[in-house]
Amino acid sequence: MGEKTKKKGSISYAKWGYIFIAPFFIIFAVFQLIPLASTIYYSFFEYYRSGLKIIGPNFVGLKNYITLFATDLPKYFSNTLILWIIGFVPQIIVSLLLAAWFTDLRLKLKGQTFFKTVIYMPNLIMASAFAMLFFALFSDNGPVNAVLLSMGWIKTPISFLNTVWGNRGLVGLMNFLMWFGNTTIMLMAAIMGVDPTLYEAAELDGCTPNQMFWKITLPLIRPILVYVMITSMIGGLQMFDVPQILTNGKGGPDRTSTTMIMYLNNHLFSKNYGMAGAVSVVLFLVCAVLCVVVYFSLTKEDDGLTKAQRKELKAAKKAAAKGGK
Amino acid sequence: MAHTPKNQSEKAILTARRAWCYLVLVLISFLCLFFFYVLIINSTRTHFEIQKGFSLMPGKSIITNFRNVLTDANIPVVSGIRNSLLVSACSAALSVYFSALTAYGIYAYNFKFKKAAFALILLIMTMPTQVSALGFLQLISKMGLKNSFIPLIVPSIAAPTVFFFMKQYLDASLPMEIVEAARIDGAGEFYTFNKIVLPIMKPALAVQAIFSFVASWNNYFIPALVLDTADKKTLPILIAQLRSADFLKFDMGKVYMMVAIAILPVIVVYLLLSKFIVRGVALGGVKG
Repeated sequence: MGEKTKKKGSISYAKWGYIFIAPFFIIFAVFQLIPLASTIYYSFFEYYRSGLKIIGPNFVGLKNYITLFATDLPKYFSNTLILWIIGFVPQIIVSLLLAAWFTDLRLKLKGQTFFKTVIYMPNLIMASAFAMLFFALFSDNGPVNAVLLSMGWIKTPISFLNTVWGNRGLVGLMNFLMWFGNTTIMLMAAIMGVDPTLYEAAELDGCTPNQMFWKITLPLIRPILVYVMITSMIGGLQMFDVPQILTNGKGGPDRTSTTMIMYLNNHLFSKNYGMAGAVSVVLFLVCAVLCVVVYFSLTKEDDGLTKAQRKELKAAKKAAAKGGK
Repeated sequence: MAHTPKNQSEKAILTARRAWCYLVLVLISFLCLFFFYVLIINSTRTHFEIQKGFSLMPGKSIITNFRNVLTDANIPVVSGIRNSLLVSACSAALSVYFSALTAYGIYAYNFKFKKAAFALILLIMTMPTQVSALGFLQLISKMGLKNSFIPLIVPSIAAPTVFFFMKQYLDASLPMEIVEAARIDGAGEFYTFNKIVLPIMKPALAVQAIFSFVASWNNYFIPALVLDTADKKTLPILIAQLRSADFLKFDMGKVYMMVAIAILPVIVVYLLLSKFIVRGVALGGVKG
């Protein structure tokens, strides 16, 4: 009966649903959807500024895309990928490790609130200011070189900012520092969602903490791991502030740290709208695929296990219940 | 009893593991804090002291550096702080209110396109706004909104990640009975939302307001393309300007102080509310 009245009631209120969600969708259409459509549109046109003269827009079909793939895009795409990997690999390893330790009931680590507060902090700071700080700290006569020199570890200052891997390493380090706290907290939430009886059963069977991590924790939090990885990938594709400020928009020696968005930014500033459009569309397509993956990982009804895994889980739970008696 | 009492060697292993964990944690915390420490120290030292070498002790020039930054004619810091505050506060307010409104619209009512609307928001949630930046810039120049704060503030009404958080919060903590009771008492729909639902959502609103504020405060890409004149520039743009200025002529004390001005307010607020915020990250799952 309750169901019925609820349904009846809400039908007459349907128009309010539309009214309440209208602002969101109107603003989204005006400031996202229409701009996206015109971005795609301009990507098929020759449209740029040469001196004071504006050339175009003249329809050129796929010419912008052909130029893009034949010239700069592969380089900037692989730059972006490399910079992302340098930050992501240590990030996921450290985050998994910390999340496993923080949730380990036998370890009972103290001061967790303090550590969590500290590791999350870099996530909130202004990326451009952080990059400026790193630029000052790692410059040839900056404090980092001064400390290394005074400790006698190096004889001449390391030129972090003038070498390819120095630059890339710093960008990766900053991305690692900014994001591993966030990832740790998300993975912790995932691990705490794992049925604790599984660990109890494993402990009774004499599993080592290592085995528990690899055989129980890791397989069960796989959906979250996928989610973390995909969202981080999308974040990586957006990488801009850090390399832009660190290298003053130049992308380090021979543009080896120029990312996709820095490339887009250069076209937008020089008002080459055709090419900017083409870069945007490539980015959009890559992100669209990744967004669909995120969508499915969020809307999946269950915990993302396969049927066989769920059966195993059930059996393990049964065994645990028996073992507990 | 199934549990066997732990013997000596097991205890020793556990102690060793614990010691190892603490060591790693301390090292990582040191890595996180070291840069801020150097930042704070160096913003209190003069250019000459900084050039001479690194020191762990603060200098005495904090007020001089602060005054030098504020009075620098090339980098309008005071108006930068004001602009950043204005844009961030307005964005946070709009984004939180309208995301809650949208989430409530989808949570509380049944209508034909409800599922489609929800699916669409989830689909676009992780789409970077940069992909439509070109069209966005063209649109706002046609609207005559170039070099204005409006294109930085108004679009935050459509904030999918904030919406998602609010929706999850409503799912977990708003029984429909409350809404129905309000209706029986003759409350209008907007009245119910503003006076009954919003107060219930206070914790979610607070956490998301902080996140939105910080995201807008730190935003560099779009503001740098929209704002042209010096009096409109926000802090991240001024930082970029500082970076592209001729570095050797610069007073390093001033540079560190400027970075500190951009970073430290957020850090202070974070440290005051960290419990709140860290819990919010775990709850939300998503962050733009």
